[in-house]
Amino acid sequence: MSILVHAQTKVICQGLTGKQGSFHSEQALAYGTCLVGGVTPGKGGTTHLGLPVFNTVAEAVARTGAEASMIYVPPAFAADSIIEAIAAGIKVITCITEGIPVNDMLKVRAVLDQSDAHLIGPNCPGLITPGEAGKGCKIGIMPGHIHQPGRIGIVSRSGTLTYEAVHQTTQANLGQTTCVGIGGDPIQGMSFVDCLQMFEQDPATEGVIMVGEIGGQAEEDAAQYIQASMSKPVVAYIAGMTAPPGKRMGHAGAIVSGGQGTAQAKIDSLKQAGVTVVDSPTEMGQAMLACLSQS
Amino acid sequence: MNLHEYQAKSLFRAYRIPVPTGQVIRHQSELADALNATGTDQWVIKAQIHAGARGKAGGVKLVKSASEAETLARALLGTELATPQTAGKALPVKALLVEETLAIEEELYLSLLIDRASRRHTFIVSAAGGMDIEAVAAETPERIHRVTVNPAVGLMPYQCREVGFALNLTGQAFKQLGQIMQAAYRLALDKDVSLLEINPLIKTADNALVALDAKVSLDPNALYRQKELAEMRDPSQEDEREARAADHQLNYIALDGNIGCMVNGAGLAMATMDLIQLHGGEPANFLDVGGGATADRVAEAFKLILSSDQVESILVNIFGGIVRCDLIADGIIQAVKEVGLTLPVVVRLEGTNAAQGRARLAESELQIVTAETLSEAAEQAVKLAGEAR
Repeated sequence: MSILVHAQTKVICQGLTGKQGSFHSEQALAYGTCLVGGVTPGKGGTTHLGLPVFNTVAEAVARTGAEASMIYVPPAFAADSIIEAIAAGIKVITCITEGIPVNDMLKVRAVLDQSDAHLIGPNCPGLITPGEAGKGCKIGIMPGHIHQPGRIGIVSRSGTLTYEAVHQTTQANLGQTTCVGIGGDPIQGMSFVDCLQMFEQDPATEGVIMVGEIGGQAEEDAAQYIQASMSKPVVAYIAGMTAPPGKRMGHAGAIVSGGQGTAQAKIDSLKQAGVTVVDSPTEMGQAMLACLSQS
Repeated sequence: MNLHEYQAKSLFRAYRIPVPTGQVIRHQSELADALNATGTDQWVIKAQIHAGARGKAGGVKLVKSASEAETLARALLGTELATPQTAGKALPVKALLVEETLAIEEELYLSLLIDRASRRHTFIVSAAGGMDIEAVAAETPERIHRVTVNPAVGLMPYQCREVGFALNLTGQAFKQLGQIMQAAYRLALDKDVSLLEINPLIKTADNALVALDAKVSLDPNALYRQKELAEMRDPSQEDEREARAADHQLNYIALDGNIGCMVNGAGLAMATMDLIQLHGGEPANFLDVGGGATADRVAEAFKLILSSDQVESILVNIFGGIVRCDLIADGIIQAVKEVGLTLPVVVRLEGTNAAQGRARLAESELQIVTAETLSEAAEQAVKLAGEAR
């Protein structure tokens, strides 16, 4: 089992014929993702990477039965693409694009809040449900080969830090059920809480690693949810103890302002909620292993 | 991207948010004109820099005669000003705003920002203007009024009325508050404003509201469609190294420590800084080289790190995902040679082709220490920094 997507999930790529779209679609196909087509307005009727290209998402859904979409379009067109996917009835939408104007994301949120679609991202590595050779579902820019099918759910605001958590759980032979990179923007789709709820309900997931960072209140919200409703062990790492206040640390959403969103406040509330918080990003896998052998 | 006060006020004027009559000057010779333009016999002269608390640093002053104005303008123009909010640095004063004085009866506070929790535009309004609003929120939260805008219908008149009544405004001022809030919301949508702050928003003796100060920040991701505003950027107010990094698509922030670091990914870069501290060192910088760490970018990144003379060792931490570690190793070798680096460099490569990458570094005959794990890398970097001293 897994959350959100599995090896049979039918996926389309919005922006398939672009440079990024092409490259990552090839990688996804190699990993075994059930990629059934792509959308590039004006290129409908052609074929790319052996896949049919459609002019609109609605057409792609009607012809392929696609349930999920991965979006690789430039920031100026990304909000339009996400809203088109929601309107076409796509249920799992992953937007990799970095640099979408925040006003555009407010519009996306307004539409998303009225729908039952899940948005992952934007400004994220995507999500992956690892599978044995050629049988997984990789929707995003993460390197497939570091993953291993297994028992741990991973949810993270950062790209390469997610890879650290993946690498460590693979090394510890725990493997992963599904890994979700929710992205580093201030206004985004799925939150920690949304993902934790799904992992809690997924029978295959035995524990969850969450990787947070400074800025916002998402980790504090997660702590509240974990304390109230989570039975599975959670290991957390929060990046940014040494980040100076008032400076945006790479991600648009990673900023301590007015004393809000500090790493220490997040660590404190997670610890209070019974979460195992590791001081070092190198200890996530071992801490998870220890949690599981205790329970 | 931040705007100067005079630029923000020109936007306010275009959206009919009342501001004091005033003119901006860049040379002493423009002063007489600016003084005449207000039609008053005393003025406020305000240094234009990208920082608050200018008054405390002598950057905002009341002058009561033309000669007093002349002396002050001469003292400010072309100098640098450090305020409690400039983090120990001084910013160049290249322009002054000369404004009429107004009879202040009350000082209010109004801001409009994007609230992350509600994911909506939110106004924060308070009767406690002219003060540090974060302190007001912490000490007297009942004096803070929040209004959240539903994007489907926009800012509703009743929401403005609620605030007006809460602030005990009447007559013209009550009506103006609604107009100012509506204008601010339109401005935020039209111009991709991520923060708009008026502190203080004053009520004058004749019951009129005027934006005495103006702070506007723009969403950097939206500048491609705000070309006119993008041209208002003033690089002289920005950190020179951060701006240079941005030109090379690098994300760099200078810190005070002794260990330089270069990492791919913002989250991992922060984690690397934290790990350096955990091992007893202090990070000298935040630096995210992004996904495509080419030799040119790595070389530029080394140059940025070396621009701090406190750096005693450098930690390079790369998790190769789509990018291959052997190519990154080549980039590091080339960059170390090009820059003529003499400081100890510790490299940790993990992910795609990591073993080949480490082998390349070992064969290079350069003074590069390769570490197997991230902990080991941090430990080595701290140790070598100590030895270099």
